[in-house]
Amino acid sequence: MDATGIGLWGVPLAILGGAIRVSTPFIFVSLGEAITERSGRINLGLEGTLVFGAMSAYAVAVETSSPWLGLIAAAFAGLCFGLFHGWICKFPKVNDIAIGIALMLFGSGLAFFFGKPFIQPSAPDLPAIPFGAWSDIPQVQAALDVNVLFLIGAALAVFLWWAFRNTRAGLILRVVGDSSDAARAMGLNPTTVRLAATGIGGALAGIGGAYLSLYYPGSWTEGISSGQGLMAVALVIFARWNPLGCFAAALLFGGAGALGPALQSVGVTQGYYLFYAAPYILTLVIMIATSSPSRSLAGAPGELSITK
Amino acid sequence: MSATTHNKAVGVETIGMTMRFGAFTALDDVSVKVPAGSFHALLGENGAGKSTLVKCMMGFYHPTSGDILVDGREVAVASPRDASALGLGMVYQHFTLVPSLTGAENLVISREKVPGVIDWRKERAGLAQFMERMPFKLPLDVKVAELAAGEKQKLEIVKQLYLGRSFLVLDEPTSVLTPGEAQEVLGLVRAMTKAGDLTVLMISHKFHEVTAFADDVSVLRKGRLTGTGRVADLDHRQMAAMMIGDQPIAALDSRAEPKPDAKIMLKVKALKAPDRTGLKSIRIEDLGVRSGEIVGIAGISGNGQKEFLEVLAGQRPRDAGEVMVRGIAYAATRAEARALNVRLIPEEPLKNACAPKMTVAENISFRTFDIDGNGKPVSWISASAIRSFSARLVEQFKVKTASLSSPIASLSGGNVQRAVLARELTGEVDLLIVSNPCFGLDFSAVAEIRARIMKARNAGAAVLLMSEDLDELLELSDRILVMSDGALVYETPIAQASVQTIGEHMAGHH
Repeated sequence: MDATGIGLWGVPLAILGGAIRVSTPFIFVSLGEAITERSGRINLGLEGTLVFGAMSAYAVAVETSSPWLGLIAAAFAGLCFGLFHGWICKFPKVNDIAIGIALMLFGSGLAFFFGKPFIQPSAPDLPAIPFGAWSDIPQVQAALDVNVLFLIGAALAVFLWWAFRNTRAGLILRVVGDSSDAARAMGLNPTTVRLAATGIGGALAGIGGAYLSLYYPGSWTEGISSGQGLMAVALVIFARWNPLGCFAAALLFGGAGALGPALQSVGVTQGYYLFYAAPYILTLVIMIATSSPSRSLAGAPGELSITK
Repeated sequence: MSATTHNKAVGVETIGMTMRFGAFTALDDVSVKVPAGSFHALLGENGAGKSTLVKCMMGFYHPTSGDILVDGREVAVASPRDASALGLGMVYQHFTLVPSLTGAENLVISREKVPGVIDWRKERAGLAQFMERMPFKLPLDVKVAELAAGEKQKLEIVKQLYLGRSFLVLDEPTSVLTPGEAQEVLGLVRAMTKAGDLTVLMISHKFHEVTAFADDVSVLRKGRLTGTGRVADLDHRQMAAMMIGDQPIAALDSRAEPKPDAKIMLKVKALKAPDRTGLKSIRIEDLGVRSGEIVGIAGISGNGQKEFLEVLAGQRPRDAGEVMVRGIAYAATRAEARALNVRLIPEEPLKNACAPKMTVAENISFRTFDIDGNGKPVSWISASAIRSFSARLVEQFKVKTASLSSPIASLSGGNVQRAVLARELTGEVDLLIVSNPCFGLDFSAVAEIRARIMKARNAGAAVLLMSEDLDELLELSDRILVMSDGALVYETPIAQASVQTIGEHMAGHH
């Protein structure tokens, strides 16, 4: 791949492009999970929601030839999954983590079931904006071909960061997530707030899924998600429940995910499979580095079952 | 916005308030009058009906019969919302502020009407204006979690005033404060009632606070009003008699003369351990507890007492230093605790010293179920031995339980503590480590538990007592040490102990 003469510069460039490309589902899932966890509940089912969102987006896009309708369908499907999770969890003695795992399997299974007929046909892609058009180097063009969802995700991260402290809804979400008792004393119903937060979280995860099937990799297969939904949960903890942190962490994970393909493209033929594992290793390393047996996590919402 | 209108105190009166839960009468014909601008104290044991009464006033409960008058007019209080519309508010014993929000965020979000997008510049200006009228000075831009307990308590009160409440129920407002903080908070509240801006009904256990700050007092016992009157006309003994009636109270053994040359049972040297945030550490340079003395450790909660206890109990690893019992290194294993006769009564015994769903008999036998009478391990555990052993202890320590096979979680707090005491104080005790043994217990249980601890001391045990209740420490200890910011900063023999000085060291003003 040295033909265009950028040599080893291709690696950072490919990582940058990859970070932008691969990170988008991470951004949406982690922002959704950040909203859910800020309300004091954890939804591990987002992996299933992601896969189901990918399937439903692809199916609707194939049927209607509109990627945007597909995107809306994915968001709606995600919303339903989220609300279902929130609804079950409002019953006493229900464990949100167990329900999340059940929904993860359920979502994937349902997606495979309905998705069988859509493995063959091809759907229209979501549009991308060629920020690299000024350059005539194809690698630069490829790296800077930025999908609109990435930009929306970036804007959403900033918006959420602002909204958590400057809007009524944001403050209510933090109150409920930090202390159910305080919320009740204010006349808020924590269950309703968490239901809404889980629903919105699910919808965002569905959008993340739509990105997978409608842009990158851009087709519906059963192996479309490689655990992004689960890694996003780890990422939220790593980002300390801060939306801007989620965005940065998603970029980092995306970049790690792009490391393998990037090395392969410059001709590294040995061991690049190891680099394909980079995001997973990164998840492990981060979880180990940021956890401690003797101290609780700073910034964790007080009502979260994993930090209680 | 209600906060901009100036508060004017309202008076509240209950007439013939009765509340039944099924066959149980929690409140029986209670009439209490709290005139506008007065400071009224409500005394009573746990379960005497104090919180039922105030919950009826606040609209959480609907009384079976009886009326509420606000400023002389009969009103219907069907919900907390009705109560707040009338200007009635309550400050709970446990903080209801949201720890991860700043003071300003807490105040604004608790308002009835909050705009969808909050204009912080405008809100801050409004808050600054409001705070100018308050006697309390508080940092509002700091997360509540970072405030001291006294500041949190002030913020709770400020919040109620911000919401336009002019009649406040304070539920044991000083239970988490240092004596100095308690003085300050109650003094400021007192000044507001004197100025006619506020009426206060304070639930309390502490007679000295009632005497110092309240105008009137009402006393409840078993749901009935057993006394009421001007505080100036009553002394502590009369109030106690109204509170507990004629039931016998366990008296403390008189203190056996301490022997200054008694053997040092517990020795802690250069101990260092991380605290729960992991950011700071606790350091105990040198602490010795002799046999036959009670060493009290005072401190505001969160200054490392809990971590210190956890280290001694083997629940928390230590970074450095040594813990010696009778000169032998001690790591709190079961074998060591048994060999050296170390016993432990942690705070919140149901959580920290019991298996809540196991039976009373099993819980009482935790220390002894696997050894026979001679201390040899047994190969078969005998259920009948467990039963007879625990039956004897239940009898001896007056644990009230439906049966030996009830889960221990079904017992009241006082009886859980009695069961734990029974287990820990039976047999040879050379070192007893106790933390907040009487927290949340009623008068008679408190007296009895303190008497047991004193008895253990007189029998020659070395007792390390950590407590947030300074009165308890002053009553029991031979020496008092103050723990502040993770270190022991002050020591005084009981004869020279002054609440003032201890309080100052607790607050870290040295």
